[in-house]
Amino acid sequence: MIDLIREYWQQYLWGTPGHLSGLVITLWLTAASVGLGFLLAVPLSIARVSKEWWLSHPVWFFTYLFRGTPLYVQLLLFYSGVYSLDVVRATPALNSFFRDAFNCTILAFTLNTCAYTTEIFAGAIKATAHGEIEAGRSFGMSNLTLYRRIILPSALRRALPAYSNEVILMLHATTLASTATVPDILKIARNASSDYYLPFVAYGIAAMLYLTISFALIGLFRKAERRWLAYLRRETK
Amino acid sequence: MTDKLVVEDLHKRYGTNEVLKGVSLRARSGDVISIIGSSGSGKTTLLRCINFLERPNAGRIILDGAVIELKKDKKGDLSPADPKQLQKMRSKLAMVFQHFNLWLHLNALENVIEAPIHVLGLSRGEAIERARRNLAKVGLSPEIETMYPVHLSGGQQQRVAIARALTMDPEIMLFDEPTSALDPELVGEVLRVMQQLAMEGRTMLIATHEMRFARNVSKQVIFLDQGRIEEEGPPGEVFEHPRSDRLKQFLSK
Amino acid sequence: MFLEGYGRQFWEGTTETIELALLSLCLAFTIGLIGAAAKLSSNRWVSIPAAVYTTLIRGVPDLVLMLLLFYSFQDGLNRITDALNQAQINIDPFSAGVCVLGFIYGAYFTETFRGAVLAVPKGQLDAANAFGLTSWQVFRRILFPQMMRFALPGISNNWQVILKATALVSIIGLHELVSAAQDASTGTSSKGAYHAFIFLAVAALIYLVLTTVSNVVFAILEKRYSIGTPPSEL
Repeated sequence: MIDLIREYWQQYLWGTPGHLSGLVITLWLTAASVGLGFLLAVPLSIARVSKEWWLSHPVWFFTYLFRGTPLYVQLLLFYSGVYSLDVVRATPALNSFFRDAFNCTILAFTLNTCAYTTEIFAGAIKATAHGEIEAGRSFGMSNLTLYRRIILPSALRRALPAYSNEVILMLHATTLASTATVPDILKIARNASSDYYLPFVAYGIAAMLYLTISFALIGLFRKAERRWLAYLRRETK
Repeated sequence: MTDKLVVEDLHKRYGTNEVLKGVSLRARSGDVISIIGSSGSGKTTLLRCINFLERPNAGRIILDGAVIELKKDKKGDLSPADPKQLQKMRSKLAMVFQHFNLWLHLNALENVIEAPIHVLGLSRGEAIERARRNLAKVGLSPEIETMYPVHLSGGQQQRVAIARALTMDPEIMLFDEPTSALDPELVGEVLRVMQQLAMEGRTMLIATHEMRFARNVSKQVIFLDQGRIEEEGPPGEVFEHPRSDRLKQFLSK
Repeated sequence: MFLEGYGRQFWEGTTETIELALLSLCLAFTIGLIGAAAKLSSNRWVSIPAAVYTTLIRGVPDLVLMLLLFYSFQDGLNRITDALNQAQINIDPFSAGVCVLGFIYGAYFTETFRGAVLAVPKGQLDAANAFGLTSWQVFRRILFPQMMRFALPGISNNWQVILKATALVSIIGLHELVSAAQDASTGTSSKGAYHAFIFLAVAALIYLVLTTVSNVVFAILEKRYSIGTPPSEL
C-alpha cells in the first residue's frame, strides 16, 4: 500500500509538467464545464422563459434532450460517435477537434451542465415575484434594464441552493472523463489499481480526494449563500 | 358521584423553564371546567399532559378509577408504562385542537370515522352511521362529507373536528383553545356547538380565552397563572368576586 | 436488417437496463426509509452512523463508488477463495449493479424521505396519537400517505438519476443498453464508419423514451397523492 502511494501520489494530485493529471485535471474539467455552462445558461434561460414560441421551444428541446439521456451516452456520442461520421473526418478543423479526448469531454460536460443550469435558472426567473416586475415597469424600466437590474440578480441568488447542488454533481460527473482516457483522479486510480492489484486502496484514495473537494465546495457555497441570500434570512427575535 | 378524572400534582419542565408547578384537578361526570389564564400560563401543556401528548416530570393521572402506570424515561420524563393502557385511555379522551389538526389527505367523513374504526374497532357501516349523526349535530350539511379540509372554512373544520371527537363517544372531551385560531365571525358557530354539548351533560375540559363563554357555560373555572392554580371555583365567584390580585389584573384587561 | 442485426441485443439491453433500474430503485427506496428513520431517531447510536453514511455516499462520485465497491469485493472474495484453495467466484455484474446502485441511491432517498417526514405538520401526528392510534397505525394511515406527497418530486428525480446511472454499470461488464450500442459499433466498424454514431443515437433515443414515460407516470402519481392539499408553493 505504501508503495502504491509513494509511486502514485504525485499523479493523483498534479502529475508532471507537460503531463498534468489527477486533482488538477479534475478541478480544471469541473471549472471549465461549469464556467462555460453558466455563461451559456444565462441567455438560454432567458430564452426558455420567453413568451416567443420560436425562442422557448428550441431551448426546451435542448434541455429535454440533454437531461433525458445519460451523460455517459452523451460523452460516447461526442467521443466515438461524432468522430465516426465521414463529414467530421473529412473536415480538418472538426477532425482535429474531435480527435482530442479533452475537447470531447469538455464539450459533452458543458452542454450537459448547461441544460440543467438553464432549467434551474429558468425556474428561478419564473419564480420572481410578480410585484417586483410590476414595480420595475411602473418606473419605466425597459425589458433589458428590468432583466439586468431586477430579474437576473434576484433569480440568480434564488437559484443558489439548487445551482450549488448542480456544481457538485458536475464535479462527480467529471469521473466519466476517465473512460475517455483523460488523466483525471479516477483514471490515475484505475492505473494504480491495475498496477498494484489493490483496488480498495487505489479507489479509496480517489474517493477521499473527491470527498475533500466536495466538502470544500459545500463550504464555499454556504459562504456564498450567507452573503448573497442574507436578505432572505429571518431575523431571530 | 365518582371522579371521572383526577390529576394530582402535575409538574412539567422544558429545560430550565417550569411550565407546570404542581397542578391538580378533579372532574366528575357532567362537569364543564374552563381553564383560563394568559399565554404561557400552562393551559395547553396541562391538557396535553392529560392525554400524554406531553410527558410530565411528576404527578399522577387517574382516569375512571384506574391509575395510569408511569415509568421514568432517559430524560427524566414520566411516560405511560403500558402502551395498551395508554391506547385505551386515549380512546376515552377526545381532543379538539386549536389548529383543528384534521387529517389533510382524508375528507371530512373519513376524518370522523378513522379512529372509531381503527381504535374502537367499529365496522365501517357503524362508524359512518355515527359519523353522519354527529356531523349533523354540529350543524354541517351532508355535502361536507366528501370535502377535504383544505376546502373548508375554519369554523367548518373545527366543527368536523368536534364531530370527530364525538364519534369516539369519549368519557371526557378536551378542548385546547378551540376558537383561538378562528376568524371572529366563525367563533360563534363553534361556541354554540360546545354550549349544546355542555347542556347535554358531556364532561368537558376547555382551555379558552373566551371569558363570556367560560362564565355562561362552565360549572367550574380554573385560573392558571405561571404554572400554578391561582384561583378556582364556580364562574359566579371567580368572575364576579376575584380574590387574587393576578386574577383581578387578568380580568381587567 | 433492423439495426444491422443488432436489434435483438438492443432489445435485451433495454430490458436489462429497466430491470436493473427497477431493482435498484426498490433497494434504494427500502434503504431510504430505514435511513430516514435512523437519521430522525433520537438514539445517537443510530442517527450518527446514518448521517455518516449519507454524507460519505453523497460526497463521492457514483462511478468511483461503483468501481471501489465492485473491485474491492471481487478482490476480497478472490483472496478468500485463494486462501481456501477454492475456484474463483466471479461476482456477476447485474447483482453487483443492483447492490451498488441501491446502496448509493439509498443515501439520496434517505435525504428525500427525511425531508418529506419533516414536512408533515406535527399537528397531524398529534391528532393521530391523541385519538389512540398505535405507532404503526399512525405511520401507515397518517404519516406515510402525507409524507409521500412531499417525497414524490424527490423520488421522481432519484428514479431518473438511477435510470441514467445504469449506463455506468456497462463499465463493470454488464450487458445493457450502452454496451449493446458499443458492441454494435465495433461489430460494424468495418462496414461503415458512421455506424457508431447511429447506434449511440439509438441508445440515447431509447433512454429518452424511458425518461419521458417516467415523467408521465410521476405526473399521474403526483396528481393522485395531492388530493386534499392546496396548490403547492414549490
